[in-house]
Amino acid sequence: MSGKTTTTTNNIAQARRTVQQLRIEASIERIKVSKASADLMLYCEEHAKKDPLLMGIPASENPFKDKKTCILL
Amino acid sequence: HHDPTHFDGGLSNRQLFAVHQVAERVEALGQFVMKTRRTLKGHGNKVLCMDWCKDKRRIVSSSQDGKVIVWDSFTTNKEHAVTMPCTWVMACAYAPSGCAIACGGLDNKCSVYPLTFEKNENMAAKKKSVAMHTNYLSACSFTNSDMQILTASGDGTCALWDVESGQLLQSFHGHGADVLCLDLAPSETGNTFVSGGCDKKAMVWDMRSGQCVQSFETHDSDINSVRYYPSGDAFASGSDDATCRLYDLRADREVAIYSKESIIFGASSVDFSLSGRLLFAGYNDYTINVWDVLKGARVSILFGHENRVSTLRVSPDGTAFCSGSWDHTLRIWA
Repeated sequence: MSGKTTTTTNNIAQARRTVQQLRIEASIERIKVSKASADLMLYCEEHAKKDPLLMGIPASENPFKDKKTCILL
Repeated sequence: HHDPTHFDGGLSNRQLFAVHQVAERVEALGQFVMKTRRTLKGHGNKVLCMDWCKDKRRIVSSSQDGKVIVWDSFTTNKEHAVTMPCTWVMACAYAPSGCAIACGGLDNKCSVYPLTFEKNENMAAKKKSVAMHTNYLSACSFTNSDMQILTASGDGTCALWDVESGQLLQSFHGHGADVLCLDLAPSETGNTFVSGGCDKKAMVWDMRSGQCVQSFETHDSDINSVRYYPSGDAFASGSDDATCRLYDLRADREVAIYSKESIIFGASSVDFSLSGRLLFAGYNDYTINVWDVLKGARVSILFGHENRVSTLRVSPDGTAFCSGSWDHTLRIWA
C-alpha cells in the first residue's frame, strides 16, 4: 500500500472526528444573549453589596488598608 | 408571539449581541481608588504565577529563577521557600487545605510540596512528582480537594491526575497548539473547566468524559488567561490581541469585548471581583486595567509595576487582588 493511501485514510479519520465534535457542539441548547445578559446583570446586582472591591470597605475592616492610629510600644 | 425565554425590556426590536446593549440602563460606576497596599519583594527574577490560599492571607508565587515562595500577605513575611530544579516555574497553585502547594514549568512536570511548620523545614525532600507532560507545564490547579490536580501544557493537552498515586485519570485533547491557561468551574456548577491556548481557542471540558463540550474562537491571538464569572455561567479571557472578552456558556457565544484603541499590548491575566461586576486585567505594558463587565467601559487604570504584569488573582474573600510581574515583585491592591 502506498503512503499516500494511508495519509488519505488518516485525513478522512481526522475529518470524521472533527465533524463528530462539531455535531456535539452544535447540538447544545442555547439561550438568547438578552436572557444571558439579564442573568449576568442580576447576579451582579444581587452580590454587589458584598463585593469589597466594588463597594470599597472602610480601612478598619480591610486587613490590607492601613489603619490610622499607631501604638508605640 | 410569546417567547418565555426572551427578556423584553423594550429591546425586542433590536438584535442583541452584547451585554452592554442589555445593560444600557445600568448605573455607571463611579471613580475607583485602588492602591498598592503591600509589595512582596524577594524573587530574584520575573514572577510568573501566583495563587491565594483559602485563608485569604497566604500567597504562593513562582519565578523564572526557579524559586517558589509562600508569603503571608498581611505582614509580607516569607513563610516557605523552595528552589525547583528547573528555571521558568510557570505554574503554581495552593492546595484547598492550605497544607501543600503544586508547581512546575520547564521540567514538564507538576510537583506537590507539603508545607510543614518545622523549624528547619526541607521542602525539597518531601517533593512528590505528580504530572508528566511532554512539554512545559503552563498552568495547574487543585480540584476541590488536595487529591486531584488539573494541568495544562505546551504539549497541547490538559490532564487530570491523582496526587497520591501520580496516576493519569483523564486527558483532554483538542487544542491545536500549546495550552496556556485553565480555570475550574465554581463547584456549584459541576465538573467542567475551561482552557485557553495558542490556537486562539477557549475550550470547555467535561472532566469525567474528557470531552470538549463547547469551544470559542474569536480572539486574534494566544489566549493567556481564562477565568470563570462567579456564577459559573460565563468566563473571561485575556489575550495577546490586547483584548479581554466575555463568553456566555448558555448563549454559547462571545457577549462582550473589553478593548480600547490605546491598549495595544497583550493581556496576560484576568480575574473578576466577587460580584462579577469588575474585571481586573494585567497587561504586558506594565498596567492593570479595571473594566466594568456589564457596560464594557474601563473604570480605572493602575500603575506601579515596572515591567509586564504576568499574573493576577483576586483574594478568596474579594477584599484585595494580587498581581505578579516581570519586575520581580508582587503587589497587593485594595
